[in-house]
Amino acid sequence: MNPELFQQLLFYVFATITVGSAMAVVSVKNTVYAALFLVLCFFNTAILWMLIEAEFLAITLVLVYVGAVMVLFLFVVMMLDIKKPKAAILKQSYTKAALLIVLAMLVELMMLFGYKMQDQLPQSELIRMPEGYSNVEEIGLELFTHYVYPFEIAAVILLVAIIAAICLTLRKRLENKTIDASKQININPAERMRVVSMKAEKGGGSKS
Amino acid sequence: MILEQIWMIVWTLLKIVAIMLPLILCVAYATYFERKVIAFMHTRMGPNRVGLFGFRLRGLMQPFADVIKLLTKEIIFPSNANKFLFLIAPVITLATAFAAWAVVPFEDGLVLANINAGLVYILAMTSLGVYGVIIAGWASNSKYALLGALRSAAQIVSYEIAMGFALVGVLVAAGSLNLTEIVHGQQGGIQNWYFIPLFPLFVIYFIAGVAETNRAPFDVAEGESEIVAGFHVEYSGSAFAVFFLAEYANMIIISALAAIMFLGGWYSPIGGDSILATPSVFWFFVKTCVFMYLYFWFRASFPRYRYDQIMRLGWKVFIPITIVWIMVVAIMKVYHLGPWF
Repeated sequence: MNPELFQQLLFYVFATITVGSAMAVVSVKNTVYAALFLVLCFFNTAILWMLIEAEFLAITLVLVYVGAVMVLFLFVVMMLDIKKPKAAILKQSYTKAALLIVLAMLVELMMLFGYKMQDQLPQSELIRMPEGYSNVEEIGLELFTHYVYPFEIAAVILLVAIIAAICLTLRKRLENKTIDASKQININPAERMRVVSMKAEKGGGSKS
Repeated sequence: MILEQIWMIVWTLLKIVAIMLPLILCVAYATYFERKVIAFMHTRMGPNRVGLFGFRLRGLMQPFADVIKLLTKEIIFPSNANKFLFLIAPVITLATAFAAWAVVPFEDGLVLANINAGLVYILAMTSLGVYGVIIAGWASNSKYALLGALRSAAQIVSYEIAMGFALVGVLVAAGSLNLTEIVHGQQGGIQNWYFIPLFPLFVIYFIAGVAETNRAPFDVAEGESEIVAGFHVEYSGSAFAVFFLAEYANMIIISALAAIMFLGGWYSPIGGDSILATPSVFWFFVKTCVFMYLYFWFRASFPRYRYDQIMRLGWKVFIPITIVWIMVVAIMKVYHLGPWF
């Protein structure tokens, strides 16, 4: 078994799991299972990226999407008490519209790949970098030289989104019982407590 | 060709076993160490009964007695629990706790996988551990377990950010994500170690590490006074033992990483030509033990944080400090300050 064949085998195994779990996300009825299948799908995508030697992106995918975003998803899904949908709801006209959208997206993707990738990728072999090549450094250099404006603009948009999200959810409710920590720390004990010095009392009740 | 490949796989597996077995033994004795340390701080004796062949040996065989007891107990499934998820949860926790060890360099060149993105890999693996907790909490079909899981999820996501920023500081200082390179950046005596220029990040990293592993004083996920035992309240026998093992393996890896990133890994704090001055795995082990001791010291000293206090500390205190200090580190790096940069 040569290394290329072994790699192909790995690719097909993980690709199958990726596609299978992605389909399970939309077809299982239990929402918690759907979220868990999405986690599996992301993880396997990361493994596929690892196979084409994009290890930094792969690990970042695991870190950001699996480690943080999906945890919050699961968090919300578990808190919601969703009733299991009945079969009748699933067979409504949504399905046809969804299929149409899927078909359109598939055709678009294939056209894009057919047009873009025609003369870029050699068909028979993968691009392999020499040993000692660090794609962390490479990504950093590219982001901060060639793509510095898109990168900075994306960062600003994210910042605006964070502030907007905070503004939308931040409201003072009357029944809110949040305690201000600085108030607690800067308290003067003399105002609240009186230390009384008194003689020790002798216990009388214990002799029974 | 085929033989070579098979040999490579077998050799890698052997290396994995060579990391696993001492690690499991370390976990077993970490529990003993913990009980003895806390007993010492409470002026008690601690475990001192279980010995071997009639010798008491100051309770040195206690971990084995505990393991045998846990393994021979029955695993009870709660009613209406999801059996598959209930069983896979401890496995996920343990697998991610052990997977992180793949990139830890014990000595120069003594590492299973010397990958370039080592630091990010560790962060990704430690953040995956939360799935075990969440799935365990949900699959147990119990209110206490679910509450514990939700608390744990919120806590880990919050502290992961502070921890990630602390690691960014190390990354800026070392100029590399490779853990071996990070240790090489601290060569040349105790004054070159990163804990001096990165002191606030060092403190925040370790506190965030304590919070990530759900240990006291951040153990609201277990919170035995409010929600019994949190996410693993329904677990018994070997399934519980696996959770226990994963928790301690995570503690050891947080300690080991603190030693690698801030205390110069395998380098010796002593100068000169003596045998103690040679960089070796011994020093790595000693530094890791210092942090393990801190874990137990915290547990014996501090009362549990309230949930809102934990969130406040993570979001309003740690994250601003780390962001400011990353800027400071970047400035120090640009002007080649001190012996570090």
